[in-house]
Amino acid sequence: MLSFFRRNKSKNTETPKSYYPDYWERYAALFDHEPELDLQTSRFVVLDTETTGFDYNIDRVLCIGAVEIVNRQINVSNTFETYIRQERFNEKTVEIHGILKHERIVTFSEDEAIQQFLEYVGNAIIVAHHARFDMTMINEMLKRKGLPVLKNKVLDTVNLYRATRIKSNFIQYDKPYTLDEIAENYILDVSDRHTAAGDALITALIFLKTTAILSNKKKLTLSKMFNL
Amino acid sequence: MKNTIAERIADFLKRFPPFDLVKKSDLLEIAKQVTITYLEKGKVIYEKDSPLQDHFYIIHKGAVVLIKGNYGSSEVIDKFDEGDVFGLRPLFAQENYAITSVTDEESILYGIPIELFRPLAAKNKNIGNYLIESFASHTENPFTKKHHLEFFSESTASVEASSNLFELQPIKYTKKIVTATPNTRIKTIAKIMDEHNIGSVIIEENDLPIGMITDKDLRKKVVTGLHTINESASKIMSSPVLCYPKNITIAQAQISMMKHQIGYLCITEDGTPNSKIVGLVSDHDIVLLQGNSPSVLMKAIQRSNNTKDLKRIRENITLLLRGYIKSNIPLTHTSKIIFELNDATIKRIIERCLEKMKEEPPVKFAWMSLGSQGRKEQLLQTDQDNAIVFENVSPDRLEDVRAYFLKLAKRVNKRLNTVGFEFCNADMMAKNPRWCLSLDEWKAQFTKWTTNTGNDEILLSSIFFDFDISYGDALLTNALAEHTLKITKNNSLFMSKLGTNALRSASPLGFFRQFLVESDGEYKDFFDIKKRGLMPLIDAARLLTLNYQIKTITNTGERFEKLAELVPENKELFLACSYSFKAILKFRTKHGLINNDDGRFIKLETMTKEEKLKLKRCFKTINNVQEYIKMRFNLGHLL
Repeated sequence: MLSFFRRNKSKNTETPKSYYPDYWERYAALFDHEPELDLQTSRFVVLDTETTGFDYNIDRVLCIGAVEIVNRQINVSNTFETYIRQERFNEKTVEIHGILKHERIVTFSEDEAIQQFLEYVGNAIIVAHHARFDMTMINEMLKRKGLPVLKNKVLDTVNLYRATRIKSNFIQYDKPYTLDEIAENYILDVSDRHTAAGDALITALIFLKTTAILSNKKKLTLSKMFNL
Repeated sequence: MKNTIAERIADFLKRFPPFDLVKKSDLLEIAKQVTITYLEKGKVIYEKDSPLQDHFYIIHKGAVVLIKGNYGSSEVIDKFDEGDVFGLRPLFAQENYAITSVTDEESILYGIPIELFRPLAAKNKNIGNYLIESFASHTENPFTKKHHLEFFSESTASVEASSNLFELQPIKYTKKIVTATPNTRIKTIAKIMDEHNIGSVIIEENDLPIGMITDKDLRKKVVTGLHTINESASKIMSSPVLCYPKNITIAQAQISMMKHQIGYLCITEDGTPNSKIVGLVSDHDIVLLQGNSPSVLMKAIQRSNNTKDLKRIRENITLLLRGYIKSNIPLTHTSKIIFELNDATIKRIIERCLEKMKEEPPVKFAWMSLGSQGRKEQLLQTDQDNAIVFENVSPDRLEDVRAYFLKLAKRVNKRLNTVGFEFCNADMMAKNPRWCLSLDEWKAQFTKWTTNTGNDEILLSSIFFDFDISYGDALLTNALAEHTLKITKNNSLFMSKLGTNALRSASPLGFFRQFLVESDGEYKDFFDIKKRGLMPLIDAARLLTLNYQIKTITNTGERFEKLAELVPENKELFLACSYSFKAILKFRTKHGLINNDDGRFIKLETMTKEEKLKLKRCFKTINNVQEYIKMRFNLGHLL
């Protein structure tokens, strides 16, 4: 049943190649060869989005922040921080992320932001906290442009963190750990919470720590980490 | 383009030399090129004789040790923590690394590209001078010249007190100094001293030290009636001030203090009273640097005013422990002293957190340490397990009162973690609302565990029944202890379950009398001395003390000794248990110290034949006491 749907879906997205803009073709071509999965050498892009709210249909992405990890190092020289002009404005979430509609930050249109992001992310493995939310938000942006969804592999730090916890009946196993909770437990500086880039950095540090624990203590390979 | 991360890194760098001398715009450019590395404890950053990397490091979080020789050597030259810079000098000197650097805790490091920093040092005279001074200040000591050349003078953090060269090390001085002006009233000076809990204030004018007022001056010149508290500071200050340069050695400082019969030295830029004040050295600081005696450490704990100090003191506690184990001091003595020092550390942290709370505690409470600290058996730094019990309050106030204690607990737990008691990974800490309860709630909880007992309840009972009060009202913990005895007395169902549990880890020796090692996981083929050696005895002692209704003794060794006293016919068995327990604990501690971990997992090859024989004798005792429990609680048929 499931596979039937999946096939159907992929057929839909396989529209003639020329239909998509060049930048998408360049991005998509990077996935022609399945890259080797290795915790050391694979490239990871750890990202976070700030949005106008939590409704995938009406709400919009205001900012994408991301950092890159290669060889277990975060390169500050290659971080990504793009603010996006949006018509939708939600007073309620301004309190959280502090992004006003006409703030004096260089902003880009959704179209430009998508191009920049695809170029940045390439075929890296995407890492995010509660990844489904950020992925859906970005995919909705792509859909509005008539583009297919992101092709990258995705790791969720919630799953990674959960797997590091001991199996104990005294810990609620399916707890949806928040970024704050984990940061508190790992004593990470949270002064940049609720800026996309700041949250991406916290997520990246959590990623480095949890994967170190999982690969040393539980001898997990990167490919196994996708199935936690 | 906006770069939030780089901005924040620049903010961090700005706080520490030499970056405090760098222009803001330059700093941001540097920050943009930083690489961030996360390393677990015990990872090599660079190794002796390896080629130069293209960046040096500043520690954002954690600690790093520099060791002589290659990885695996244990000779620590120096230790750095947050904000310290290392690995810079070889980059300037263009030679391979002369030493190895290893993370001493899990750490986050910022790597700073030398290519960006070098031109700044060349361009900015202040930075250049700073570097020259820093590289040079260690050359005065011929013994450490070769190695210390690497570092900044500012960064000579902790000094290995056991080293013979101790007296020749540069002093570590307090940089946060409290000053006042000459026309400040004496009353205000006394208030300042009291507020900061310090024994001296430097009197300054235009950043230059012109006098000093100490406790002694107040005693001799004010309390005696010579001056009133409304007169100005200049009337009673000792002047001129004895000043010394930054790189004064510990020996020099000590001699000067003795010669002039004073307890404080002022550190200035060039060592004369005509240059800027940079710090203060007290006799107390020196004692602290040397401090491996329990009494000195105890005093230092009680006088400490920040968590970082406590962390340093705890490192000295470990040194003390190392010395005790090395010189084969009886474990009873060792564990008592280490317990007292740990206990004092916990008390001091709670005291300080209470001071920082805006309000007084709404009702009486007690902080309970559980697990190994509760049993007074925590020698190496392991996890923290703790809980809070507070006085019963009316239901409408209950949640407010709990909220207060949860807030307190959150602070205490965090600071305990900072000084080295790591967070419990099963969340058995007072900051967890489940373990921050009123006396009645605790009683109900304990009753529930002992009446409706499954495997979880047994496990919880075995952790929470071993509590020891660390702070607060002993009436509360006593009442809880009474309750525990009441609900277990004649509760044969619970006792037999607890008994079965005490037998769950069978003999540590296999059929052929070989050691049973772990069959999978991270510690495959290691011997788990906690699970197989210590836990069976701890469980047995708990079971039997409950059975004999012995109150408030939580220490496993002492429990067996008490049992030997109460049950003369089994005296021999119980004394053997007490002895075996201490022997195994000592063995674990020794291995933990060698491997710089909690000593739980031991590689069989690292044991000598003699050690193996000794352990096997201890394990025989475990067999015997388990047989005894089987008989006494009639458990034979269950197994």
